[in-house]
Parts: sequence; structure tokens; C-alpha cells
Amino acid sequence: MPKDQNGDQTVVGVDVGGTFTDVFFLNETDGSCDVAKVPSTREDQSVGIREGIAQQRDDLSEVSLIIHGTTVGTNALLERKGAKTGIITTKGFKDVIEMRRRDRPETWGLWGMFEPVVPRDLRVEVDERVLADGTLHTEVNLDDVKQAAQTLLERGAQSVCIFFMNSYANASNEQAAIEVVKDIWPNEHITSSSEILPEIREFERCSTATLNAYLQPPIGDYLERLEGGLRDGGFGGEVLIVQSNGGVMSVDTARSFPVRTALSGPAAGVIAGAHIGDSAGFPNLITCDMGGTSFDVSLVADGESALAAQTAVDFGMVVRTPMIEITTIGAGGGSIAWVDRGGLLQIGPESAGSDPGPVCYGLGNDRPTVTDANVALGRINAAKPIGGKLDHLDVEAAKAAIKAHVADPLKIDVMAAAEAIIRVANAKMAGAIRLVSVERGHDPEKFVAMPFGGGGALHAGALIKDVGLSKALVPRFPGVTSALGCVIADMRFDRVHTLNAMLDDLDLKMLAAEIIETAEDGERRLAEADVAFEGTEHVFELDMLYLGQTHTVAARLPLELDGVKVGIDREIVKSAFEETYRKSFGRLLDGIGMRVLNLRVTVIGRRPKFDLSILGPSGDVSLEDAKADTREVWIDGKWWDAIVYHRLDIPEGSIVPGPALLEQPDTTIFIDPDLEGLVDRFGNLVISRKA
Amino acid sequence: MAQLDPVMLAVLKGRLEQIADEMDATLFRSAFNPIIAEAHDASHGLYHAETGETLIQGKSGLPVFVGAMSFAVKAVIDKVKAESIEQHPGDVFIFNDPYEGGTHLSDFKLVRPFFRGDKIFCYLASVGHWHDVGGNVPGNYNPVATECYQEGMLIPPVHLYKKGELNEDIVAILQSNSRLSGSLYGDLNGQVSALELGEQRLGDLLEEYGEDQVTAALVELKKSAAKLMASYISDLPDGTYAAEDWLDNDGIIDEPLKVGLDLIISGDRMTLDFSRTSKACAGPVNISKSTCIASCYVALKHIFRDVPANAGVLEPIDFVIPEDSLLSVMRPKPVGGYTETILRVIDVMFQVISQIAPDMANGCAYGTINALSMAGYRKNGARWVMFSFFGGGHGGHPNGDGLNHGNAPISTATIPPLEILEAAYPVRFTQWALRPDSGGPGRNRGGCGAVYEIELLEEKADAFLFGERGKYAPAGVVGGQPGALNKFTYPDENGEDAEPPMVSKMVGIHLDRGQRVRLETPGGGGYGDPLERDPKAVAEDVRLGYVTPEAAATFYKCAISENGVLDSAATDRMRGEN
Repeated sequence: MPKDQNGDQTVVGVDVGGTFTDVFFLNETDGSCDVAKVPSTREDQSVGIREGIAQQRDDLSEVSLIIHGTTVGTNALLERKGAKTGIITTKGFKDVIEMRRRDRPETWGLWGMFEPVVPRDLRVEVDERVLADGTLHTEVNLDDVKQAAQTLLERGAQSVCIFFMNSYANASNEQAAIEVVKDIWPNEHITSSSEILPEIREFERCSTATLNAYLQPPIGDYLERLEGGLRDGGFGGEVLIVQSNGGVMSVDTARSFPVRTALSGPAAGVIAGAHIGDSAGFPNLITCDMGGTSFDVSLVADGESALAAQTAVDFGMVVRTPMIEITTIGAGGGSIAWVDRGGLLQIGPESAGSDPGPVCYGLGNDRPTVTDANVALGRINAAKPIGGKLDHLDVEAAKAAIKAHVADPLKIDVMAAAEAIIRVANAKMAGAIRLVSVERGHDPEKFVAMPFGGGGALHAGALIKDVGLSKALVPRFPGVTSALGCVIADMRFDRVHTLNAMLDDLDLKMLAAEIIETAEDGERRLAEADVAFEGTEHVFELDMLYLGQTHTVAARLPLELDGVKVGIDREIVKSAFEETYRKSFGRLLDGIGMRVLNLRVTVIGRRPKFDLSILGPSGDVSLEDAKADTREVWIDGKWWDAIVYHRLDIPEGSIVPGPALLEQPDTTIFIDPDLEGLVDRFGNLVISRKA
Repeated sequence: MAQLDPVMLAVLKGRLEQIADEMDATLFRSAFNPIIAEAHDASHGLYHAETGETLIQGKSGLPVFVGAMSFAVKAVIDKVKAESIEQHPGDVFIFNDPYEGGTHLSDFKLVRPFFRGDKIFCYLASVGHWHDVGGNVPGNYNPVATECYQEGMLIPPVHLYKKGELNEDIVAILQSNSRLSGSLYGDLNGQVSALELGEQRLGDLLEEYGEDQVTAALVELKKSAAKLMASYISDLPDGTYAAEDWLDNDGIIDEPLKVGLDLIISGDRMTLDFSRTSKACAGPVNISKSTCIASCYVALKHIFRDVPANAGVLEPIDFVIPEDSLLSVMRPKPVGGYTETILRVIDVMFQVISQIAPDMANGCAYGTINALSMAGYRKNGARWVMFSFFGGGHGGHPNGDGLNHGNAPISTATIPPLEILEAAYPVRFTQWALRPDSGGPGRNRGGCGAVYEIELLEEKADAFLFGERGKYAPAGVVGGQPGALNKFTYPDENGEDAEPPMVSKMVGIHLDRGQRVRLETPGGGGYGDPLERDPKAVAEDVRLGYVTPEAAATFYKCAISENGVLDSAATDRMRGEN
């Protein structure tokens, strides 16, 4: 594709994955787009980003906006490579982060271990105490705080978290402590728990705030390098960072709240999935991202992705901020197939990953994986491996491994064993899809599967049959879905505050004032960013429950912000709760009091979406021209001749009957004999049962 | 019967497990009491139509129910047979009789026959721990009970539903026997919903795959589980191995109670012989035979992690449990403190396995549930009851030190956030911290227990504690040392610090505003000889405050200063003397 020479303004989406950095370019002037894919630079992701952009744009001054989904935060957490962090906390409670909620990593087996990111000598207690109702029991001793901060500095802490008991109910002690620490702390890496998460639950608040402090230095440095490098290259626009909730934030906000990037990367893919599905007429979908070791699914209903309140990045590393709900199971292309001592065929959880990878890579692994089974069955083209790292795949080695580890123990032949591996892997993946759909009360017939990433499209057909989904929708460029998602993500601010009152006693005046203040704060942040919005939206929710319960439901309040009025009353709250509760559990519990635990306010700045039809096929070839080859594929116990197509050449409106294989640089799509694929005007492939 | 290919078997296994998992999730989400909602003290599964054997059980329920629930279903089957009760679709039995169905009175079991045509295909069952079922003390952990009648209401298997018709009278009886009738009603509804969902999902599955295939899969899964367990057993060297452990007392008479185990391996079979165990006792630490078998299953599953949750696992295992034993108690002996005894059964299993296969073993975990209750009336006359279980350390193991502040091996329960406790009850925690020197010394140290100190903010309250391990500490294995003892301190009538005469069991503790109780829980047992621990690792433990310099000198023979600096020369001298 030609480089842009016209001085047009371009918006760039960048997704940095473990292997590749994907870049999506949208020329806002003429509506055209480009993609680029370069190897990720693990040591400093910003190098790969600049290289990726340079592939399509010489002059960074043509780029007006860069939106970035990053795994820097995730990796720093998983690899424990955050900063040396200290905690200043209430006397008696320095072990909260280490004691967790008294859990263990695995239900079965008692060999669990846990090392908190802040060791015990970097947690210092001070005299202070607030009670649960907000009463100031003991005013904070600021000399203690000063001494504590100095001790932490002497011990080498680069960042600090201040976490006091019950600070969600009254933050005055914590705020006073912050002011004192600011005076002596040599940098801006200071986090207060009541600012990050003014919500009841001490461990979750402490963990989230501490991990935020832990990430402040590395994320701050990274963003500085990224921005600096871009500015040196002539970039004069704005950089936005994708948050775990699928919205974007400014670089300044990301520097203060880096913990909000914990699941930045995968979130962008789901956002793109929602937009692609909505454009193609499928607002209900389940995104399926099949990687080397895991299979991630996420549900989008009516164009909205499901949000989870918290996640554990690893055992005991809890991050409680709203995030796109992604369910992960250990079934990827590298998952190892084996027969247990009882004679049952199992897939995973052990994985060969990408190094040494499947047997067919020839890099030293000799235990068969899901990818090996796909290779043996002819579904993956052994002569043209994806990714360009290898020049061919070793089919015979894959078969030999399947024979030794699966076929022989089960006393079946190799091809039957390869097919068995795929079917059991499909069943596992189908289980994950069922978990987020059927188990949540959604009717699978109303949903389509959207595979993205490298491997999912081989399995999509089987998955829709197994779960009873209506169709599978394979986006035009599955490999750059996340980068595309960056370009269209909205700007978003979430705020939670614990109220903890019976509905009858709730101070509505104060609640209304808080709603208005929080919404205004969000709008102020939107205005500060140099970004165009199509509109602004507010979501007001109360986490509510019946007295005596511990799990809440989020009741959305039908409120319109009208200047200084919100028009909230008890009846609105009550009916919002009852409607939500009935939807979740099918019944109401009469005569039991209702409690309001938290207020949640979300402010969304809607960013313009672009017309995805620009991605569609150009239309100057016929389906016949797109045919590349035929290949033997093993399906249901016999060899079939499947036609192989160049996927990107297939014109709009074509129907591709199964069995067929559609190849493109970043993925291979398999259409079962009883399925067919339709290419829509966006270039998506819609797989459904044959008419 | 249909011939089943290995693929279909693996597929159906996943589908069936998902049904039970989904039943678990339904109850956790809708339950009222935190013991189910947060601590997941509940379980669901599919059980054999004639034997009641576990066919499939959910993965997220309380581990101990995995073995116990089949006995509950069997109790219903026996009753139906003995009394020639006609069964219909839509029937649901309810009961909590611990002698028939295992565990204790707090656990209410709902059992529902699943019909295909006019035949029962299998049973669906749900069990959940209700917040209060009457009895002498709120929450039902009565440490001085001598009969089950002091522990709560006892309901035999009766129809809650007949042909889908709810018997409101039963609900009225249950509710009027609980201090927390609203919570009871909510939990009961949640369990009914879970069974309805199971009925629906299993029906769909049978439509999709056919009865023959599903039946064949259930038969095969049991066979495969039995084969798997037998194969693990045959890896162990033949012989007889013995271990014993102790309960402090039964809460009534201050005499230790022994749990003695002789484990015999012979080829691919294992015998668990509990003949050397104390006789049934006066107080509430007895357990029924079904509970004892269930606890052995829990221990085996901790050791052989990939054995599935079905009856096949127990097929290669023979049990010897004498009729008059602490471990096979009959009505009306009290069973309210059953958790303590099953933890001890699990502890002897770990200890005996450490002799057979040291590389598969771990030190014992803290080994007591520590049910602590504080209750009273608020200024406005409203009753409040705070009831919670507390944590401790896990044992050291071949891969490393034990986990600090973990949950009990019989459960996956998490502890409620202390901020939630403080918001709900008139108390203030003054300490919530790890307990130094509580982890058993070893090459790999036991994890630390905790210190919890709680102050009363209302005018008056009564407290009680049901705990153990106050006299007999959690054992180390393979040369590891035991963890610290459980310790409870409360103010006596003069306001002086006192410890309970029965060590970890006490009722009727009176508290005035501003007074505190303090619970210090055991750590886990160590793994391997402490003198094999790298002195640098000991020094790091001292620097971080997990171990004191005194303990480092006594148990590890290491000379380490208060701030964690190792004196290598002095350490060499100390270690050289041994």
C-alpha cells in the first residue's frame, strides 16, 4: 500500500502483543486504512511501536492521534517487575496485603505459595483509626507518617501506597497523610487507597492501590519514552491509552492510575469485536481469542460488553477496577493432549506455548498439541506457516507424537486420534462459551461467535454447532482486531464510592450532590483531552442487595443529568433494583429490606466510529479467481478434497461451500462440509449451516 | 448399553461437570448467608439412582461434601424403599440428619429424583450450610453440647415438594426454628433454584446425546476413576504404615482424643484402618462414618490431585472404622464440631503418606476452624450475631514454604473483609496480622498463622469459641517441626487476661465495652529437617519478622541479629555441634 503523501491526518491504533506489534491506520481525511505488523520489542515496547508506524508513515506530523493498548502493566505484574514499593498503613494491619482473603491458589493440593509485591519490611504502621461509620477514632499522627515515609525512602522505596482502614468511609486521615508524604517524597509516585478505590473491602482496596503504586514508575517511564520518541519523530498529536474497561484515558491519567491498564490489550479486541459485529448486523456476539496457551472468551450483548468488578492477575494479585469480563480456559494451539492413567483423553492445562511450541515446529517438544492435530488433519498448511518464523511444519513428526501419546494408549489409529484431540479441545472451548452465555441466561441462538487472533478461525464452525450459536463471524483482518479496536474505543471514566446504607435511610440529597459532582469531574477530564467526541453519556448505578445478602446486583438508575438536578427519589431506586434482581434470579423477596452498598458513576465520551465497509473486498475478482489449490482434509473419519482460497481475494456476496480452507497472512479459516461461508460487504466471513 | 468412544466420553464428562458447576454457581449467587455466598459451604451433584453413589459433582463446592453427599442420597433411597414411598417427578426431599447423611445439623440437604419416563434416571442433590438452625448457641457451634438436640433442630428426610407442589408447612416449621428465618428462607430458595436448573440442564443433555450414551459415560467415568486411583496406589510400596494425632478434648471432659490410622498398601488396594481411634466422646467432636470416609477422600484428593469427584475413586479402598468409634457415631451423640475431627483425619492421612512417599507429602495445615462468635443487643434492642471462621498457616512442602494465612483443607472458604464485619457489627479489630514464629520450623517452613484482636464497641456482648490445636500442634513431616499452638485470650471477671480451661473451647465469655478478645492461630507444620534450611533463608525470615532471632537459634541453630544479619561463623559453630 502506498504511503500517505498528502499531509492527511491519520489516527493510529497500536496493539502490542507477546509476539507482534499490530498497527492500524485510519486516514480521517479520505477514510482509507492501512495495517502494519512488526515483531514486538519486549525490552522497550515503544521501539516496536515506532517501527510499526514507520512502516506506513514516514512523517509523524501526519498522525494526529495514537491510541495504544499496552501489556507493559500486565507483564510487569506477571513478572513481578514493578518498582520497589512501600506501604504506610494503620497500626495493626500491615499484613493485609499478605493475608489476602484467607484463600489458596488451588482447591486441591496444599502446595500453594504467595509472595506479595511489597515485602514485610517495606510496610510501616502509623497511629490512626477511622471506624466503619466514618467516625474519627484516632487522628493520624503526622510525625509517624513523616517518619514512616523517611524509613521507606531509606530502604529504597521508589513509590508509596497509603492505605488506612475504613478510609472509604472517611478519607481525612489518609488525605492528611498524603499531604505530608508529598512534602518529602522525591517523585510523583504516591497512591492513596481512597483515591484509587473508595470502596469497602480492605484487601481488595489495599491490593489495587498497592499494585497501582507498584506500576507507577515503570508505566510512567514507559509512557515518557513512548511520547519522547514520538515527539522526536515529529509527532505533535495526543496519545491515549486503552484501559481494562475498554475505554481510553489520557497519558496523564494513565501515569496516575496505571493499574487501570492491567487488561488493556485484550480489552481493545473486544471493543473491536463489538463494533464489527454491530456494523454487520450482529449486536450479540461472543469473541473467541485462541492463543498458544489459552482461549479467551467475552460476551457482547446488544453491542455492550460485559464488565467484571475485579480480576486476579495472578494468585493474590487482585485488581478491583471495572474491566471487560474475559473468561480464560487453558486450551490453546499449544495445549498438550495426553491420556491419563484412567484412560481418559485430556487436553491441557500443560502447554508447549510458542517455544518450543507444537511438535511440528521441530523445536524440541515431542508431546502432541492441538496445533499438531490440526496439521495432521490437513487443516493447517504445513508449507506456509503463519507468522513467518518457520518455513515449513513437520507433519510426520506431529503424527508420530499423536500416535505415541494418544492413538496407542487409546488403541485407535492416528487420524482418529488427531480428530479426537480436536473434538475434545472444541468441547472444552464450547464449555467456556457456554459458561459466559447459556449459564448467564442468554439464548445461544441469538449469538454469533467471533474468532480473532491466529487460531480461532479453524475451530469456529465446530463451536457454533456444539453450543448452538447461530453463526460465526470471522472479521476481515482477525490478526489486527485489537489495533482496530484502539482506533474506535471511547473515552471512559469510572468511579465507585461506598455508601452502605439502608434504602430507607439513604440521604438522597447528598447522593444527588455526589452524582452531579462525580459526573462533572468526569466531563472536566473529557474536556481536558484534546480529542473530538460525538457525544457524552453518563451511567449511574447502585450496587444493591437485600439485607442479609453479600452479593450485590448493579441497578442502573434511569437518570438524566439536567444541570444541577438529577431527579432521584426512593421509588426510582427501588424499582431499578427490583427490575435487576428479578432479571437475575427470577423472583423478588418481599418484606426484606434493601441496602445500597456502592454508587457507580461512569462518564463516557463517544468517539466517532468509522465505516467498516472501507475494509471490504475491492470486487474486481470472481470467487473462481480466489481459488488457490485443493488440499486433502480429514473430517469425520475420511479424507475430503477441500478447496483452498485466498481469503482476501474472495468478492463480496460470494458463498463458499464447505469443506473449504481460506488462507490469509494472519490466519486460516476452516469451513466444515455441512457449513458455508458468506462474504459480506465489510469483508467479514459469515459461517452458517448450509441452507 | 451403548458402546462409547473415548472422544464422546471426554466430551460428556465436561458437559456433565458443567451442569453440577452451574448448580453451585446458582446457589452461591443467590444465597443469603455469607457461609454459602462467600465461603462456598455448599455442593451439588448427580447421584446414582439405586446406590446413591456420586456420579458427578461440581468443582466449586466444599471439598468435604464430595464424599459425604452420596450417603445423604442413600439415606433418601433407603427411606423410600423401607416405607414403600411412591416417587414422582417434581418431588424434593429435605433433611439435615447428620447420622444418615453425614456432616452436622447446619447442612441442609435437598434431594430430587430425576425421571426419564416413569423411571428414576438419577438423583440431583444440593447441600448448603445454613446460618442458624436453632439449638443452644447462634450459629450452632456449641462446644459444650452433649446431645444433638442441643445443637439444633433435626429434620429427617421429608417431602419439601410433592409433584412440584411446595409443602408450606415444612417451610413454616423450619423458619420458626431458626434465629435467622429470613436468611434460611433465602438459602432454601437458592437451593430449590439450583435443583430446578440441574433438572433442566440434564434434560437438555439427555435430549441431545440420548440416555444410552449418557448412561454409558457415567459407567465409564466411574471405571476410569477406579483405574486411576488403583494405578496411584500400585505406585506406592506395599506395607503397613501408622500415624496418630490428637484432639485437645471434647469440650466436656478435658482428656485428649486419639485419631489412630494404620494404612495398608497391598498391590493396587489400600486399607484405611482407624481401629486405634478413641471411642465416641461426650462432647460435639464426634463424626459419623460417612463423614469419616468423606474426609479420607478429601485427603486423597489433596495428595492425588487429578482423581475425579466420583465414587470410582473409593473403589480400590477398604475402610475399617469400628462401630463405637469417635469416627462412626450414632444418634444422639453431638456432632456440631465435626470440622475439627475431619481436619484431624486429614492430618493423619498427610502424616502417614509422608512416610510412604515423602515427595508427595506436606506438613499439616493449622487444623482448626476456630468458630468465634460475638453476640448481643444494640441500643435499639436489635439482636446482632457475628460468627466467623478464622485462618492459619499451611504446611511446608517439597516445593517451598507453606502458605501464610490459608483456608482449611476441607473448604475453599474465604474470610469476610474485616471492613464488612466492622460495618455490620459493633466491633473494632485492633489487630489483623501474621503471627511470628507460628510456622513449624523445617527445611521448608510452615506458613504463618494469624493474630486477630477484636474490641467490643457496644455496651455488652457474649462470646464463644470452638477451636482446637490448643494442646497438640499441627505436625511437621519428613523431619519438620510442628507449628505453634492455638491460643485464645479473653478478659475474666476482673478484667485480667485469661485462657479457657478447655484451651480452645469456651462459652459464656462476657464482654463489656472496650474489652478485647485475642485469637492467635497455629501455623503449618514444617517439611524436612530445619538444620537443612539455608541460614540465609532463615536470616531473611528474621529480617522480615516471620521468625524471631530466638527461634532461629533454637530450631535452626542460626545466629541472626534482631535486624536479620547473619553471623556465619557463629552459625557454623552452632550447627557444627550437632
